[in-house]
Amino acid sequence: MTAPADARAAAAPNRLGLHVAALALLGAAALALPWLLGAFGLDFYLSLATRIVVYAIAATSLNLVLGYGGMVSFGHAAFVGVGAYVTAVLISEGTQSGFVHLVATLAISALAALVIGAISLRTRGVYFIMITLAFAQMLFYLANSVKGYGGDEGLSIRTRSLFALGGWVLDLKQPLAIYYVALGVLALALLALARFAPSRFGRAVLALRDDDVRAEALGFATYRLKLVVFVVAGALGGVAGALSVNLQGYVSPNVLHWTQSGTLMVMVILGGVATVWGGLVGAAVLLLLQEVLAAYTEHGEFWTGWVLLGVVLFARRGLVGVLLRRAAPRLS
Amino acid sequence: MSGFLVLEQALNGLQFGLMLFLLAAGLTLVFGVMDMINLAHGSLYMVGAFLAAWLTALTGSFVLGVVGAVALTAIFGMALEAGLLRTLYARDHLSQVLATFALILILNDGTKMIFGNDLPLSAPAALAGPVELLPGLQYPAYRLLILGVGLALALLLWLLVQKTRMGALVRAGASNREMATAMGTDIPRLFTIVFGIGAALCAVAGALLGPLLAVQVGMGENILILAFVVIVIGGIGSIRGALVGAILVGAIDTLGRTLLQHVLREFLPPQWASAAGPAIASIAVYVFMAIVLAIRPQGLFPARA
Repeated sequence: MTAPADARAAAAPNRLGLHVAALALLGAAALALPWLLGAFGLDFYLSLATRIVVYAIAATSLNLVLGYGGMVSFGHAAFVGVGAYVTAVLISEGTQSGFVHLVATLAISALAALVIGAISLRTRGVYFIMITLAFAQMLFYLANSVKGYGGDEGLSIRTRSLFALGGWVLDLKQPLAIYYVALGVLALALLALARFAPSRFGRAVLALRDDDVRAEALGFATYRLKLVVFVVAGALGGVAGALSVNLQGYVSPNVLHWTQSGTLMVMVILGGVATVWGGLVGAAVLLLLQEVLAAYTEHGEFWTGWVLLGVVLFARRGLVGVLLRRAAPRLS
Repeated sequence: MSGFLVLEQALNGLQFGLMLFLLAAGLTLVFGVMDMINLAHGSLYMVGAFLAAWLTALTGSFVLGVVGAVALTAIFGMALEAGLLRTLYARDHLSQVLATFALILILNDGTKMIFGNDLPLSAPAALAGPVELLPGLQYPAYRLLILGVGLALALLLWLLVQKTRMGALVRAGASNREMATAMGTDIPRLFTIVFGIGAALCAVAGALLGPLLAVQVGMGENILILAFVVIVIGGIGSIRGALVGAILVGAIDTLGRTLLQHVLREFLPPQWASAAGPAIASIAVYVFMAIVLAIRPQGLFPARA
């Protein structure tokens, strides 16, 4: 699990310049994307780009739990869904302030993660997988039954989150606004994740992922550390949900369906488990693949399945792992 | 609420539980012995249902349709196991999730390519009417058939697992795979056969439930999660656990859906009761699983030694 990270760390000094250059290029491309799309008359694709960014946030938050924390959560859609419903319900009740939406989303999805995590983390292995799945299913059926907020038909909203500060107003109904806000959230999440792994806290989490008996013997509060990671990831997942509601203007119980949790897992595994870029790469590759296939065939899912199967069989570390192995010389 | 209603719903619950058991039996063995998470198990249920609908239309006989579907699904399952799933046993759970999720996409869309989004399948005309079980208690004949087939297969499977040499090897594998291999059991070959039987049972459930639910793409996804709940409650790897778990889950789900509404109407306005009843019933199954895991983390009948 740690081999590529070690190789990367050892190769870092002489590759630092390259890394910074690549990052700067990627950042500039992301910032300039709306302008580039406009220049080529492809404005339509801005919403796809935003969707990729939003999914990347959700997948990155799952990667924190699953990759770095070693907790195979099969119910991450629960937190994305809670964030989506909290924001949609607040908007449909007439609350416009984006700040209120953000605070409520963070608070309630973190609370949901605290409750679900506190119970689920008492189990391990496949039982943890199943109990996180079970909680997500409970929320799925709950959302289906709340007729006041759309029930199984879902809930449409007419307005979006509105951030007003003094004379300065940001309306997420504007395609550019939601794109840049989502991009900013993703950048912060990736930065935090990159800083997390080498930090004291991060090293403790990685230690208990690799051997929690030893970590516990060394005096780490394993349960509490895992719970903190689970709650932080849940809150970030909630933000992704809030952004997706703002993007689509719609939420339905399907955001809580287990296949959504599965899709997020697929993105993380496809991109690269426990890599900073894994969530983004997985989300981008999967969504672009679906988009491209949809242009050529009615049966995009069929071919997507074969591609994923190929990744499992031939790219065991995910796409980021394959890229890193090519880029960095083997040192270990 | 009459006693007959309770009895009728209890029979429905038992019937649904037995069908869940057919799905869970194969799943629990693959999970228990090979430590493999197979999300595509529900797809075999779908494949079985589609094959049954197609063959029934082709031959004009429901019986031929079901038997043919069971045989073809068993062959398909064994080919799938030998061709792909076998290479995944040694991989971690994440790889298994990704691969079998991919398999769901392939099988769903592949089924759509071949058969379309759904196929009609109705119960044979001879069984369309009701049967009088007790004076005044009418029960659909077709549901009675499902009940009978389910009970017979459960008994057959119990005999197979408890009384035959192959069953003993499977139990040995579930209890301790390394030890069973060391003692000379050819677990991979055994498992291709076990997987084939599991696939056949999925097809039986899919074909029999087809006329009651609907034969459509994606029908496997929701029932798969219930099957996982069943095997977690029963204890992963245990056939007996799967049977008990399936009947409990079937009963909670069915009785909750119907009787709870009647009970809730005593306390709540009718529109609330009809909304809350099914919601509580769907959630109840998962709450039950959480409670079982909290009290007995290994399930009711742990298979592993």
